[in-house]
Amino acid sequence: MKKRKEAKKIVFKSEKEVPLMPMSVGSFLFNKTGVWRNIRPVIDPTNCIQCGICWKFCPDVAIYIEDEFPMIDYEYCKGCGLCAEECPSKCIVMVEEEK
Amino acid sequence: MKKVMMGNHALSFGGMLGRAQVIAAYPITPQTQVVELLSEMCADKTLDATFIKVESEHSAMAASIGASLAGARTFTATSAQGLALMHELLHWASGGRNPVVMGNINRAMAPGWSIWSDQNDSLSQRDTGWIQFYCSNNQEVLDTVIQAFKVSEKLMIPSMVILDAFTLSHTYEVVDLPDQKKVDEFLPPFRPEIKLTPDDPHAFGGLTSPEHYFELRYKLQKDMEKAPALIEKTGKEYEKMFGRYLGQVEEYRCDDADFIFITSGTVGSTARVAIDELREEGVKVGNLRIKVFRPFPFEKVRNIIKKAKKVAVVDRNISYGHHGIFYQEVKSAMFGHHNSLPIFGFIAGLGGRDVTPSTFREILGHVQKKDKSEEEIIWIGVKK
Repeated sequence: MKKRKEAKKIVFKSEKEVPLMPMSVGSFLFNKTGVWRNIRPVIDPTNCIQCGICWKFCPDVAIYIEDEFPMIDYEYCKGCGLCAEECPSKCIVMVEEEK
Repeated sequence: MKKVMMGNHALSFGGMLGRAQVIAAYPITPQTQVVELLSEMCADKTLDATFIKVESEHSAMAASIGASLAGARTFTATSAQGLALMHELLHWASGGRNPVVMGNINRAMAPGWSIWSDQNDSLSQRDTGWIQFYCSNNQEVLDTVIQAFKVSEKLMIPSMVILDAFTLSHTYEVVDLPDQKKVDEFLPPFRPEIKLTPDDPHAFGGLTSPEHYFELRYKLQKDMEKAPALIEKTGKEYEKMFGRYLGQVEEYRCDDADFIFITSGTVGSTARVAIDELREEGVKVGNLRIKVFRPFPFEKVRNIIKKAKKVAVVDRNISYGHHGIFYQEVKSAMFGHHNSLPIFGFIAGLGGRDVTPSTFREILGHVQKKDKSEEEIIWIGVKK
């Protein structure tokens, strides 16, 4: 996985710096939504057929392909379970997050 | 080139001459001909635009916002129930600073189901952050669409060009179509500084914390405050090129008037006829037609009516539990400036009930009888 650039929260000091339109200013670099998760997907690559369906379906773009196998980006995965539901060879399971 | 056309087609030709690039619309009586003609123009290539057919007005405005955000000049039109269905997206367009221009045909809100004119549909959208122009003839409709594109794109604030159902939308008048080359000179292509593009990717309209939301709204209001001067400037520029001035208000025989009517839309044209008749009889009356309702033309209204002895605001609308909406606005404009000026509030013509020159005679009768307004609402023409 590519190394992400380090980001700090952006706080504009004056209205002049605020863009005219409400638009992203890189807030998701620091807003790691993975902390919302209470169940996590775990991939067992033994039966993976490399179809890429989990990668395509992930609504948060939290699955990436490394060495032709899918990997979960736990910094952003919210644990919706869509990948586990869609996986045709049933090699993704959802497990309880540990506290 | 002069052409005889209905008010709805004046809106379509305004969109065509303004070279709208995307039109997303859903038909509704009495607006249908606006988008019907535009769809024909798109089909026969008179207009080089993409026509998006949608399943509702909510989607029409959503598509318009997307197109505008991507940098396209965008036009749509609706009326009454359709406008109400768009309500959420009206906030998205103004809050997202997407300068969509939309025609709205004033039609009374249901129930009772009505297709006839009153202003409660557009005035219910008063606080959505749109500029609102109320027109009184077909020529003005066409000219205002072209001006609205210019004003909206400069300020990045959407505009509504509003006309009365049937009394304007379906009434045929002579309209002078300006030369396309001259319109292009007046209205250069839309080139927004920020837009949705893969070259500089951003997500728009996403979560905005309390740290920045307040500033976004401050900026919207500050830019809205620039609109009165810009409307006057572009109106004069338009006059120089096309011979027709487009300002915030239209003053008619107000200079030496003892009584001034305040009107909007086609009621303003009827007022002029009534005034000419009354002047013949020696009554010094004038009419101030408010064309731009948002932003409200405080300075213009104050300066014109302060010399009058009495003022009568004629509302084809009502804010239930309060008063006529223009009446509220005029009173708030005068408060703290000219507190002693007697201002009377009249409600007339709801749901398409005719407003005729005799309506103004009746109003004048009420105003002449009293020194100051005793009731907050005086109803004209209710069958009692």
